[in-house]
Amino acid sequence: MLAVNNLDVVYEDVILVLKNVTLEVPAGAIVALLGANGAGKTTLLRAVTGLLDVHRGAVTRGSVTLDGQPLHHLDAPRTVAAGIGQVMEGRRIFTDLTVDENLRIGGHAADRATVAAGLDRAYSLFPVLADRRQQPAGYLSGGEQQMLAIGRALMSQPAYLLLDEPSLGLAPRLVQHIKELIVEINRQGTAILLVEQNASMALSIASHGYVLETGKVVMDGAAAELLANDDIREFYLGLSEERDLSFRDVKHYRRRKRWLS
Amino acid sequence: MTVDTGVPSGRERAERETGLRVRGRGRGLRVRGRGVRGRPLLYTSYAADQAIWNTPAKRGWTLALVGAVLVLPFFLSRDLTSLVTTVFIFAIGGIGLNLVTGYAGQVSLGHAFFMGLGAYTAAVFGGAGSDQVIGWGLDMAIWLPMAGVVPALVGLVVAPLAVRVRGLYLAVLTLGLVFIGEHVFKEARSITGGAGVGRAPAEPVLFGMDLRERYHLFGYILSREAVYYFVCFAIFVVLAIAARNLTRSKPGRAFAAVRDRDVAASMMGISLRRTKTLAFTVSSFYAGVSGALLVMVIGRVTPTNWNLFLSIDLLAVILIGGIATISGSILGAAFVVLMPRIVSELADVVPFISTSPSGGFLSVFQLQTMLFGALIVLFLVLEPRGLYGLWVRVRNYWKAWPFSY
Repeated sequence: MLAVNNLDVVYEDVILVLKNVTLEVPAGAIVALLGANGAGKTTLLRAVTGLLDVHRGAVTRGSVTLDGQPLHHLDAPRTVAAGIGQVMEGRRIFTDLTVDENLRIGGHAADRATVAAGLDRAYSLFPVLADRRQQPAGYLSGGEQQMLAIGRALMSQPAYLLLDEPSLGLAPRLVQHIKELIVEINRQGTAILLVEQNASMALSIASHGYVLETGKVVMDGAAAELLANDDIREFYLGLSEERDLSFRDVKHYRRRKRWLS
Repeated sequence: MTVDTGVPSGRERAERETGLRVRGRGRGLRVRGRGVRGRPLLYTSYAADQAIWNTPAKRGWTLALVGAVLVLPFFLSRDLTSLVTTVFIFAIGGIGLNLVTGYAGQVSLGHAFFMGLGAYTAAVFGGAGSDQVIGWGLDMAIWLPMAGVVPALVGLVVAPLAVRVRGLYLAVLTLGLVFIGEHVFKEARSITGGAGVGRAPAEPVLFGMDLRERYHLFGYILSREAVYYFVCFAIFVVLAIAARNLTRSKPGRAFAAVRDRDVAASMMGISLRRTKTLAFTVSSFYAGVSGALLVMVIGRVTPTNWNLFLSIDLLAVILIGGIATISGSILGAAFVVLMPRIVSELADVVPFISTSPSGGFLSVFQLQTMLFGALIVLFLVLEPRGLYGLWVRVRNYWKAWPFSY
C-alpha cells in the first residue's frame, strides 16, 4: 500500500502548499484525487516521487510510505526502483527520439528481458504506437503522445502508477479511450493514483476518491458515494437542479461549501 | 524469368479483382537484410535500425572513404599530410565535445583545458625529463591512454558542478575552467615549461618503434608525417566507433533523455548525476587524447595555446558539423581545419587578399577570422543541423525521388 501520512510540503521555505494530507492507495486499486487548479495535486505527486527538490520544495512534516518503507527521502530514480511510476502532466515525451527509444528509456533501470516484455506489453496495449515505432515521438498526435507517456512509465513495471491529468487537452472520445486503457492497466495488476480535473471520468473508474482543496483533503470516500454527493455534483461535476448558473451564482454557492464553514 | 508456382501473384490478384491490367514494374516492399536494392527501407528490428552501417550505400561509401584515406598520404605533400592528420585529431576532440554538448546537452567551453591537460599528461609520462621539466620517457602505449585517463579523472571532479548548474551558467562555469587552466599551465613550470617557453611533447615511441624514423611499406618510404597520419587515423577510427556505439546504446539514450527533458528522465529511473558524470568523463577522455596527439603532430606548444579560442574552434567543429552526430563532428573538423588553408591558397588567386598580415585590403588572417564567424552565424540561422543537416537534405531528396516527399 502506498500511503501519505499527515504530509506538509513547503516551497521555497515559505509557501505552505500541502497541509496535513493523508491518503492511501491500496495495492491493485484505482484511487482518484480531485481538486481545482492550485489545490496541490501535482505537489502531492512530486512529494511521492522525489521531484520536490527540483522545484525547491521540501517535506516538513509527515511521511510517504510504500508498504511501510519511507519513500519521501528518496530521489526520483530510487522511487522508480522502489516500484513507483509517474506520468507527468503535459506528457513530456522525448520529442527528438523515436517511439521505440522513448519506451526503451522508460525501461532504463530494467534488465533486457523486462524491457523486451515491456515493449510487447506497451505495443499490445497501444497498437497505434506499434505502427509508428520508428517515427520521432514529436510527430505523434496529442492522444498518441499521452499513450506513449503512459507506456513509457509502465516500462519499469511499477506496482503503483501515478497519472497526472491524463485527459488534459484530449477530445472526449480520446478521454474515453484513455479511461478504458487505465482500467485495462489496472486489471493487469498495477495500482493507480489518478489525478484529474475531469471528476466524472475519474470517479467512474476509481474505487475511492479524495478531494483536495487549497492543500487540504476536504472530503474522501468511496467513488460512488462521492459521485452522489451534492457538493461534488455541484462543484466538480457541474450538475445541479438549476441548469444555467451564472458565474456570480457559482461564487455565491462556493461560499456555501460546507467544509469551509 | 518467372516461375509459375500456381499461387496467383499480387499483380494477378489485383488484375482479377479490378478487371484492370496493372502496368509497369512495381517496386513492392522489400525487407531489409535480403540484399535486395529498393525502397522503402523496412527495418524488422530495433537492432537493424540502429546498426551503424544500416544501408548498403552507407557500407559502400564508408569502405570507399576508408580506402581513399588510406592511400591519401602517398599523394599528398608532407605538410598537407600533417594538415589532414590534424583533421583526425580535431575530429576526436569534436566527437568528445559532441558527446557532452550535443548528446547530453551540457554546454562546455572548457575543452581547451582538458586538451591541454591531456597534452601535458602525455608530456610528463612520455617526454624526456631534464632539470627544468619532469618527464618519464615511457612508451606511447602508456602515455596515450594516460593522456585520456587523467583528464577523465579531472572531468569526474568537474561533473558534479554540472549536475547543479545548467545551460548558460554551465557555459560560464566551464569558461572559468579555461582561465584557471591557462594560469595553472603557466605557473606549473616543471610540467609545462612555463609561459613563453613550453616544452617538447611526449616521445612518439609506440611499442618500442620510434615513429619519427622512416619506414618502408610496399616499396614506399613513409615520411614521419605519413606515419603520424596512419597512427592518428587508427586511433580516430577506434574512438569514433566507440563513441557511435556509446550513443546508440543505453547510456546514449540516457544522454538524449537528460538533454531533452531532465525531470522526465529522472522519473524514468535515470540518475542525472550519473549520466552527466559519464558524459563529462568520456568527453574529457577524448579531449585529452586529442590534445596529446595534437602536440605530437605540431610539436612544441606554450601554455597560452590552450586558450578560449581553441575551445571556440572545437565548438565550431560541432556547430558547423552538426550537433549530436558523430559523422557531423568529422565533417566539422575537416571544415574547421581545412578552411584556413583553403583561404590562404585563395590569396594567390584573388587580388584583393594579401598574404602579409598588414598590407592590402584584406589580409588572409582577417578573412579567415571573418569567414569563420560568418559561417557559424550562417549555419546557426539557416541549417542548425550543420553540414550533416545539409547531407541529410540531399539524402532525403534522393530517397523520395522523383517525388518531393
